[in-house]
Amino acid sequence: MITLAHYLTLSAVLFAISVAGIYLNRKNVILLLMCIELQLLAVNFNFIAFSRFLDDVAGQVFVFFILTVAAAEAAIGLAILVVLFRNRRSINVDELDSMKG
Amino acid sequence: MMNELVSDLSAVRAEAFLAAGICVLLLFDLFIRDRHRDLTYALAMLLLAGTGWLAATAGGDGRVLAFGGSVVVDPLARVLKVAAALAMAVVFLYSRPWLRERQLFRGEYYVLGLFALLGILVIISGHSFLVIYLGLEMLSLALYALVVYDRDSPIGAESGMKYFVLGAIASGTLLYGMSIVYGFSGTLNLGELREYAAGLDGVPVFLLVGLGFMLSGIAFKFGAVPFHMWVPDVYQGAPTSVSLLIATAPKLASIALVIRLVAEALPELLVTWQVILMTLAVLSLLIGNIVAIAQTNIKRMLAYSAIAHVGFILLGVATGTTAGVEAAVFYSIVYVVAAAGAFGIIMLLSSRGAEADQLDDFRGLSQRSPWFALMMLLLMASMIGIPPLAGFYAKWIVLLALVEAGAVWLALFAVLMSVVGAFYYLRVIRLMYFDELPGGAPVQAPGDFRLVLSINALLALALGLFPGPLMDLCTGLLG
Repeated sequence: MITLAHYLTLSAVLFAISVAGIYLNRKNVILLLMCIELQLLAVNFNFIAFSRFLDDVAGQVFVFFILTVAAAEAAIGLAILVVLFRNRRSINVDELDSMKG
Repeated sequence: MMNELVSDLSAVRAEAFLAAGICVLLLFDLFIRDRHRDLTYALAMLLLAGTGWLAATAGGDGRVLAFGGSVVVDPLARVLKVAAALAMAVVFLYSRPWLRERQLFRGEYYVLGLFALLGILVIISGHSFLVIYLGLEMLSLALYALVVYDRDSPIGAESGMKYFVLGAIASGTLLYGMSIVYGFSGTLNLGELREYAAGLDGVPVFLLVGLGFMLSGIAFKFGAVPFHMWVPDVYQGAPTSVSLLIATAPKLASIALVIRLVAEALPELLVTWQVILMTLAVLSLLIGNIVAIAQTNIKRMLAYSAIAHVGFILLGVATGTTAGVEAAVFYSIVYVVAAAGAFGIIMLLSSRGAEADQLDDFRGLSQRSPWFALMMLLLMASMIGIPPLAGFYAKWIVLLALVEAGAVWLALFAVLMSVVGAFYYLRVIRLMYFDELPGGAPVQAPGDFRLVLSINALLALALGLFPGPLMDLCTGLLG
């Protein structure tokens, strides 16, 4: 029997993986975008599980909104990525360090 | 049913008007030539005037809940919305000559700026997790795009990428906190959440975990230490007109965010979030004021100064008392006035092609333009908190609220940090009055720019001499 705790643990693990991925990754900005998506999916997982166990539809509605916003966010993120690449010919995270102090 | 819909729509009329207006503006801008671009600007200003007026009159004098309690219109919402619309109008006015000189004078700036304002209005009126999240994303997405508005600027692209990645993590963290609070309280509505928390005996762990995630998301959007890494890079890397925009109106959304999600929704958990907010505030005051001293770029210096001011605002909210929250709102508005003026001066000094974003660009300003050197003096003095300027009065009421709440040590610490902060503001004044810049040309700017900039700076003086009217607006906000 799968209980609420199982879902919450899975979602917490996904969330932790995404945050670890963002902080450990020093190579590629695209990986950062993937980690951000993963983070939002972890949140969605939480909402769906709670919605199911509370028998309340509001959580599922929230998930639809998050999915929509995530799509818009990815579009803007990729657009910024294109601008970044055109300007610097590189999308290496380590090279994003021209401002200091 | 029909009546309910009408009254709901009437509560959100400012937002509805602005949303419709943005669509019209976007289409209108497609069909006009470059040399008529001023029409886009004029239409945007008209929209702001209409939005401000509608926001000021929405919901009568009292507190109205609409859309099943998801949206609230109360005195706090009216004050902050009008202030945000005014701030955005000033931003547009300052930006026009600056953008025009750099061939950046396009309709997108106004469309994105107005979308950011729409997000701000939605956050201010948000009374459910869903509404607040959507408002926050509308604001953030517009700001991400604005930071890379100058597509050929390498540091613009870099700061935009940093802002985007860190901002998306913050949204995710905030959402994760919201999902946990939703899961255990069973509601997305802040009013119901408040009732739920009032009925608890003892504080359950899940609520603390959820609150912790939510507070770190909020602290990020505010730019409080230790979630401040994006602030200096974005202020420095973004085009100055966009730094100006980010430094002003969104600060009003942040204060609304922390009041709605924390002070209003969870007063039962005061002891918990008080400690977290005070820690954030102390760190912000410390890091903001000290690191600002080491800056040579004035936009970056103003970013650290913003972090320090956020510390003060959070101290006001952290008292948890009505007086403290009202003082925080007053402080935010005064800060927005001073920040708008300071960025206005930077844009005034920026000549064609050259950015006046180094401290050295302020050398000998008193000879180049005695009047605007005086205006900058007023703005800097207000940020330091020298009487009789507005900044002094704002700091004074926050400190008063802190002492009344029994946090005397925190008040002393805040005063000490203000003294440290005085150093880097005074340096700007020293450069303007006691250093010389050989071959500095007189300052040139359009008449409306000069007029509004002068009014803006004198407002920092007027609000300090006569704080009464604004203070009256800021009392009784939390019905």
